[in-house]
Amino acid sequence: MPKLTLDDLKKMRESSRKNLSLREGNFRGKLIVHLGTCGIAAGARGIVDTFLEQFDEMEVSDIMFATTGCAGLCSEEPMITVELGDSAPVKYGKLTPEKAIKILEEHVLGGSIVKNLALGVGSERAG
Amino acid sequence: MAERKRIELMLCAGTGCVAGGAFQIMEALQKELAARELKNEVAVVPTGCNGFCGQGPLMVVLPDNIFYGWIALKDIPLLVEEHFLKGRPVKKLMFVPSEEKIPLPLLSDIPFFKKQMLIVLRNKGIIDPEKIEDYLARDGYIAIEKALTSMSPEEVIEEIKKSGLRGRGGAGFPTGMKWSIARQQEKVPKYLIANCDEGDPGAYMDRSVLESDPHSVIEGMSLAAFGIGVSDGFIYVRTEYPLAIERMQTAISLAREYGLLGTDILGTGFDFDVEIREGSGAFVCGEETSLIHSIEGDIPEPRQRPPFPAQQGLWGCPTVINNVETLANVPAIVARGSAWYSSIGTDTSKGTKIFSLVGKINNTGLIEVPMGITLREIVDEIGGGIPEGKAFKAVQTGGPSGGCIPASMLDSPIDYDSLQKAGSMMGSGGMIVLDEDTCVVDVSKFFIQFTNDESCGKCVSCRDGSDALLEVLTRISDGEGREGDIEFLEELGDAVKDSSMCGLGQTLPNPVLSTLRYFREEYEAHIKEKRCPALVCKNLIQYYIDPDLCVGCLKCLKTCPSGGIKGELKYVHFIDQADCTKCGQCFEVCPPKIAAVVKVTGDNFDRLEHLTEIVSCSDWKSSGHNGRNGKPAKTDAAEAV
Repeated sequence: MPKLTLDDLKKMRESSRKNLSLREGNFRGKLIVHLGTCGIAAGARGIVDTFLEQFDEMEVSDIMFATTGCAGLCSEEPMITVELGDSAPVKYGKLTPEKAIKILEEHVLGGSIVKNLALGVGSERAG
Repeated sequence: MAERKRIELMLCAGTGCVAGGAFQIMEALQKELAARELKNEVAVVPTGCNGFCGQGPLMVVLPDNIFYGWIALKDIPLLVEEHFLKGRPVKKLMFVPSEEKIPLPLLSDIPFFKKQMLIVLRNKGIIDPEKIEDYLARDGYIAIEKALTSMSPEEVIEEIKKSGLRGRGGAGFPTGMKWSIARQQEKVPKYLIANCDEGDPGAYMDRSVLESDPHSVIEGMSLAAFGIGVSDGFIYVRTEYPLAIERMQTAISLAREYGLLGTDILGTGFDFDVEIREGSGAFVCGEETSLIHSIEGDIPEPRQRPPFPAQQGLWGCPTVINNVETLANVPAIVARGSAWYSSIGTDTSKGTKIFSLVGKINNTGLIEVPMGITLREIVDEIGGGIPEGKAFKAVQTGGPSGGCIPASMLDSPIDYDSLQKAGSMMGSGGMIVLDEDTCVVDVSKFFIQFTNDESCGKCVSCRDGSDALLEVLTRISDGEGREGDIEFLEELGDAVKDSSMCGLGQTLPNPVLSTLRYFREEYEAHIKEKRCPALVCKNLIQYYIDPDLCVGCLKCLKTCPSGGIKGELKYVHFIDQADCTKCGQCFEVCPPKIAAVVKVTGDNFDRLEHLTEIVSCSDWKSSGHNGRNGKPAKTDAAEAV
């Protein structure tokens, strides 16, 4: 490896930063795949793979990608929940990789809810 | 395959956790993740010391920031399936505060982490110490870039002076001043040494810095070298730190490969390189002139100062020796500015300090806190108080060179000067918490034993003075203390301080002098009443079995290594004092609900006389004392036990 110049150092720092985005914790929103037994059976693992690939491709680093358990609406699996800033969480159901990409582009990155795919807005009351 | 992972497991791979099996856990995790086809989604990242060593082996799960402690190999399959596959964090591995009993999932909610402020340890647990990219991503080498492109060496020194940074090795000499003295020397070449000869019992902050963020030390050294005008640096680290040496070596090789060490760094014409020198672990090598002798290949004995090393050091050349923690502060100061740094801390002590919080404390580990924090905040909030509801007695700071700080000073802010005033010192930052069951005479004896072993023997006052101190302390703890011993300790302690040449001798009486200052009555109890109030000193305590409580379960009898306990099943046992070695095992094994074995000292115990009468019966069976006039022990509980 040749010695770094000042410019190389700056470039390397920037490119390394992307790999550490998970550890910095500055997220403007959260995308959650429901990965309960029902979700996995309905193909949620494939949805996870799709998102991970797309995150790489689109260089998304400010959205926390997480998984959680069953949402209770097993017939609608695979499901995801999108939480952006302070707005109410939105749930999408019966996903396919194509639908997942559309939601990522239009809602997560674009900011407008994909109404024809959304199951509902909001979460159950806690307690 | 996506490069991006959805979960990163920041697995602590500091020395403590590695000893607890971190590498085996890492292997098991990878195997289980592969079996579950999660390898593309979940990454295991080995990090340096997380700090919460009492919970190790441990990991932090990102991005959720969930903390798991005391991980065992058998937990791995459950953990992978429940959390990493199905997204349900596992409660039984979460941290449970001793007083609340409710698991705390998030690292940020755990009191141990909440009160800390990270400057030196800013990258701990976040980067893989063996990857230079991780360090770069966290603004690594940005300070040296700034210095080399937009600052003069004088400006770097000025910035450090203005920041108020003082040496973290113990004495607290202003770092900028030291650099400036060395810069003014005409003689060349000049040298720079990072001192990682960390010898205080119970202190491990320097090791952790090397293990968790080695590049920050390299960058700090580069900045110092640029300021002072040095092109050769040494990292002096003890051989007992194999993992630290390995990671540092990796970091040096990477930095050389990337052109961040060597000639013409970043194309700016600045030359600097470092080498590791391993010491064999003699305590005195932490003293700078001894350290220099050790690098030169001579016997590590200190020499008279002045001339100070900054004027005349390694091979007679001007040499700056900075502690590892000091150097790790430097990149942050240069990158963020002296005004930011000097806004943290007290009037005379700026920034943060790392302490290793050990001893009788619930949360053991490494903490970085702002100067000026009170001991109470450290002990009660970060440390989570004393285990088993015992009372706090004192904190021993500064290791063998420091002293004890009593409960009455819990609310005073901690900095270099307040600790000095209290008769202790910052030292390298060891903080040993003592509870009511700790005997101060015993603690003093331990430290003097240590310094007595480690004294190089060059000065009579240190060599023979520590011998004499140890002899008197041993006598006191053996119950043979005499009138005048306390005064002798004080006089001798002062003499050793005044007449020793290096820091080792000048500070070794501190543990004795500070405990005499705050716990004089305990010394007096040992000497005048032959009593050890904390029930520690073997010659002054005795074990007895209370016949009213003993159920005759045979537990202590079977455990006793010297056969000193007599009795039969369901008959009251007793300890034959002639055979007792005072190992205390009977005390440990007697079930808490029975608690028949009692420890007593001196003549302060009301029942002593009545117990002695029973115990002195030579033939226990015919004397009829067993189970009160030949009756069996009072209950059938023996079988239940």
